[in-house]
Amino acid sequence: MELQDLDHHVHIEGTTIFDGEMAMKGYALNKMCFSFNKAVARDAYLADPEAYMEKFGLNEDQKQACRDKNVLAMIAAGGNIYYLAKFAGIFKLSVQDVGAQQTGMTTEEFKEKLLRQGD
Amino acid sequence: MAKIIGGLTTSHIPAVGNAIANEMYDDPYWKPFFDGYPPVWEWLDKHKPDVAINIYNDHGLGFFLDKMPTFAIGAAHEYVNEDEGWGIPQLPPFPGDAKLSWHIIEGMVAREFDITSCQELPVDHGFTVPMQLFWRGAHANPDMPRAIPISANTVQHPIPTLKRALDFGKALRKSIESYPEDIKVVILGTGGLSHQLDGERAGFINREFDTYCMEKIIDDPEELTKITRMELVEKAGAQGTEFLMWMMMRGALGDNVKALHKNYHIPISNTGAGTMLLECEGVD
Repeated sequence: MELQDLDHHVHIEGTTIFDGEMAMKGYALNKMCFSFNKAVARDAYLADPEAYMEKFGLNEDQKQACRDKNVLAMIAAGGNIYYLAKFAGIFKLSVQDVGAQQTGMTTEEFKEKLLRQGD
Repeated sequence: MAKIIGGLTTSHIPAVGNAIANEMYDDPYWKPFFDGYPPVWEWLDKHKPDVAINIYNDHGLGFFLDKMPTFAIGAAHEYVNEDEGWGIPQLPPFPGDAKLSWHIIEGMVAREFDITSCQELPVDHGFTVPMQLFWRGAHANPDMPRAIPISANTVQHPIPTLKRALDFGKALRKSIESYPEDIKVVILGTGGLSHQLDGERAGFINREFDTYCMEKIIDDPEELTKITRMELVEKAGAQGTEFLMWMMMRGALGDNVKALHKNYHIPISNTGAGTMLLECEGVD
């Protein structure tokens, strides 16, 4: 029996429950993103992303998701949004930019969607 | 003896840190949010608490997935606000109260909450934004109290249940009230309310659920313990699970509280932002 066969969760549309299974899957990616708390690490990534990803042992799916700056792919590869936010920070992406990318909108459209919920 | 005088809740959205740094208090986007704070300032000005217990959730600065405490309590003389990676201005260290911390830690473990004690704990926006919101000018404000951070895990499931969070608060109350010094303590419950940053459901906000939580938490927090964790994710959004901090705060206030003030505004950044001032019984 695999860990994923032990059903602890319900399915919620458009939502990944970041549990033990995801935490193991995404460990290398999240560990790299955690390092981005420090400016020296952010600079090292920008200077040579491939070498930096290799140093943390990212798998090919994780590397490709980072190269593409594709947030949904990073989540599918085990990324946790709190750590991915630090990756996004390197490229000065706001949480609205990240939300827009994941929902297939422009940032302006996404901001509009947020505002409408206040009506 | 130590006395808990009340509880304050607020969202702790990082963008607020930038808005404060840029003094955007009268900006049309920010005004309805910042207008929620003056009644809290007045109350704090009147009561001048000595210590703030700041219940927040770390967002990947103080803790990583290598070791993830479910409940962690600061036991340091001061708490450093480090670089979080995306450019909120860093603040000077926040003075702690290590003696009270260890008294609380002793009390919590005696009451069977097996917490993680932290002699070093870099604090992120979850801790710093509320300090800035409640004590204008933060370090420049002579009334800013000593602070003790308590962090609960909402990064990785399994997260604590709502009942466990409320019970944590109840044990925290006893652990504080048994402290022999005559100090006034305020409890901060920070984070929330509904929001989701990740996935195709990013941008989800739920006014109806937030309103229900803000009503029930005043007089009937036990009712909220019926909400399962998966229901909380579904109704509050993946990061709306930060409502657990509000439950921990509420547990520490005792059975009866007076809601002196509340404010709710959508959106601040991606979030339904809620602020409350709850006063404990026997405080005037």
